[in-house]
Amino acid sequence: MSHTAHATVVDEKELWNGGVSPFNLSYGKIMMWFFLVSDALTFGGLLSAYGFMRHRFADVWPHAEHVFVHFPFVKGHIPLAYVGLMTFILIMSSVTMVLAVEAGQRKDKKGVIIWMLATIIGGLMFLGSQAWEWYNFIVGTEEGALRWVWNDDQGKYVQQIVHGANMTVNEYGIPQFANFFFFITGFHGFHVFSGVVLNIIIFTQVLNGVMEKRGHYEMVEKVGLYWHFVDLVWVFVFTFFYLL
Amino acid sequence: METINITNKELHAQEHIDLHRYEDHEESFISKYVFSQDHKMIARQYLITAMVMAVIAMIMSIVFRLQLAWPGEKFAFINWIMGDKWGKDGILDPNAYLTLVTMHGTIMVFFLLTGGLSGTFSNLLIPYQIGARDMASPFINMLSYWFFFLSSLIMVISLFLPDGAAGPGWTVYPPLSALPEAMPGSGLGMDLWLVSMALFIASSLMGGLNYIVTILNYRTKGMKMTRLPLTIWAFLITAIIGLLSFPVLLSAALLLLSDRLLGTSFYLSDIYIGGRPLDYSGGSPILFEHLFWFLGHPEVYIVLVPALGITSEIIANVSRKPIFGYRAMIGSMLAIAFLSFIVWGHHMYVTGMNPFLGSVFVFTTLLIAIPSAVKAFNYLTTLWKGNIQYTPAALFSIGLVSSFVTGGVTGIILADSTLDITVHDTYFVVGHFHIVMGLSAIFGMFAGVYHWFPKLYLRMMNKKLGYLHFWLTFISAYGVFFPMHFLGLAGVPRRYYTNSEFPMFDALYDVNVVITISAIIGALAQLIFIFNFFYSMFRGPKAPQNPWKANGLEWTNPVANIHGNWPGELPVVHRWAYDYSKPGYEEDFVPQTVPLKEGELDGGGHH
Repeated sequence: MSHTAHATVVDEKELWNGGVSPFNLSYGKIMMWFFLVSDALTFGGLLSAYGFMRHRFADVWPHAEHVFVHFPFVKGHIPLAYVGLMTFILIMSSVTMVLAVEAGQRKDKKGVIIWMLATIIGGLMFLGSQAWEWYNFIVGTEEGALRWVWNDDQGKYVQQIVHGANMTVNEYGIPQFANFFFFITGFHGFHVFSGVVLNIIIFTQVLNGVMEKRGHYEMVEKVGLYWHFVDLVWVFVFTFFYLL
Repeated sequence: METINITNKELHAQEHIDLHRYEDHEESFISKYVFSQDHKMIARQYLITAMVMAVIAMIMSIVFRLQLAWPGEKFAFINWIMGDKWGKDGILDPNAYLTLVTMHGTIMVFFLLTGGLSGTFSNLLIPYQIGARDMASPFINMLSYWFFFLSSLIMVISLFLPDGAAGPGWTVYPPLSALPEAMPGSGLGMDLWLVSMALFIASSLMGGLNYIVTILNYRTKGMKMTRLPLTIWAFLITAIIGLLSFPVLLSAALLLLSDRLLGTSFYLSDIYIGGRPLDYSGGSPILFEHLFWFLGHPEVYIVLVPALGITSEIIANVSRKPIFGYRAMIGSMLAIAFLSFIVWGHHMYVTGMNPFLGSVFVFTTLLIAIPSAVKAFNYLTTLWKGNIQYTPAALFSIGLVSSFVTGGVTGIILADSTLDITVHDTYFVVGHFHIVMGLSAIFGMFAGVYHWFPKLYLRMMNKKLGYLHFWLTFISAYGVFFPMHFLGLAGVPRRYYTNSEFPMFDALYDVNVVITISAIIGALAQLIFIFNFFYSMFRGPKAPQNPWKANGLEWTNPVANIHGNWPGELPVVHRWAYDYSKPGYEEDFVPQTVPLKEGELDGGGHH
């Protein structure tokens, strides 16, 4: 079976004339690109909803630098340092993914293994960090904040100290702040998790020499596309949630 | 001449498929009929599933039409079908009425006209008309169907829940759809509705990815984009619209699920039940409407554009003339697709929208009239002085032109924010969208079934039954939806259990009777189609090679279900698909595989 891609000389004007792929890309890669466009719109919908609410409650929306101030093993408040570290880890995992793809193009199996492993570790570190971030968000501060909470026995709203956050009330501000935090970072975290799973599947295939037998490492490129996308989405989530 | 070096894995994959994938070998029943990866079989699966769903939704419409024409009357069969929960003693229960309206809309819009129409004809025609062995990924294509099936199944199962299926209308606006305690139709039925839609979106995503990639990568040699039949352009554009709009519906649905199940307040504001406030505050139902209609409006064109593609192909064929304005047809479809994303606000004029923003949406909405008119005139100019062959497919295609214009004209009224306020949420709207999107799309679908039945089942459908089916459907459909405009202008609100509660509408009572009788005749007419469909599938005359004397590649392969579509080499394309009645040729059609003569121009061009 001849799997080696042989070179055909095609006039550039004839790329769209049929019989060849107009972008010189396999169908799988084009599919991945279109899938990412589609997925980007899901996030676009969620971030637009976030923008809608934040605009509505512009006056009372909590400031991220007052909320996210924890750092492991450090007493005191360091605003946004931890999420900055998380972001750095995720971006680094994109760099290692680039190196894995590059090694794949050189058909360097060992290189692919090393850099894919690094990417998987980076992804897991990000997920772990996010769990810690959620933990602190949910538990909240010792002092908490006074909120009006419905009391069923008295049949009216009463003031009560609230620590941390749940779906209906939180110490940071209006419920939508916590709602969107959980939903959007959760939805993104689910994407990272799926990406890590995909990476592990491809990683084991590389280990077992499946790609070597196939003659190319295109699957690594495809999961690479997905991984960069997840990374890019995080940059937007980070910007909208923490920076703006 | 500038050349580039291309390492073509694609050609390679194609050869690979030629050599191995499609060798004639016996397939098991399961891999041939159930988990088939063959595009033709998947097309049939989509068609049959959609037909079953459509019959269910059609029966629903008859049941609620009976209630509207003769409110409070006893219809024993309502109990026979669904038992007492749908109505004691045969009087339709008000909650069941809401469920029926919701499910009728949901099934018709999504399962028949989105999944059924695109699923059937994109799958059947894309590989056939571009000269490909199959879809780019037959496996994902199979998954797409089975997600669709599962989604249909869940939607149907939800009808049998103790509290009934979803009832907040097909647009599922919160708070009705977000509060399980709001009404019976907001309970578990609503959850299943959302689950079913999530599966549907996944199915449509997988289908759409396949359609796009196959059209881009697997056109046979010579099949330039500007030689593609308009059907393929329509399917491509539809798939792209779906790819961009359905994910936003997914976000909307996920946020809604979260409000329902996790207690978040995205869409729900402070709501009291029995003096006790629910744990929601600050959410906005308007947010849902924005997200929903960002899908909802493009969805109209997901439904309509494939029908426009199908009829463009058929009208040129039956007029025995080249399609008038081939590139204008493509351009107007692209323009409609683009505009469909910036008009969603016209569904929301009465939500308290800033009047200035409203006028922006009026402007963008009215712009759609331009490409739509281009299409309507191109249809008419193609038909003009054509030697029209009145096949059933031709009649349904011309029927589409009629309904597209009729519904389009009332669309101009609704697009105007000041006029819309008076008829908003009345039967005027119901009449409008049923004609422009419902009738047009279903006429296109019928046209497609009659025209490509020989490719689906290798036999011909009965023409005379086809004519009968067309005229009964056409007349009764106008009988149903045209009078609704008068009801709407008089102010009769849509979705109400009964119109007879208000004395002001008493004078309009007879209109409802006319509508319901038309609906019953229309429903009976569909039995003729269903009989014709299944009878012809087994007993119809064998299809000749090219029954309509058409130019497309789909008529060049043998009349058989060949795995891989063409035995041996794939056909090579030399011209566009619309060389009908071309001077210099004996026959009045020139298939795309016929090479151009010396000095002959492609695309119907002249010197």
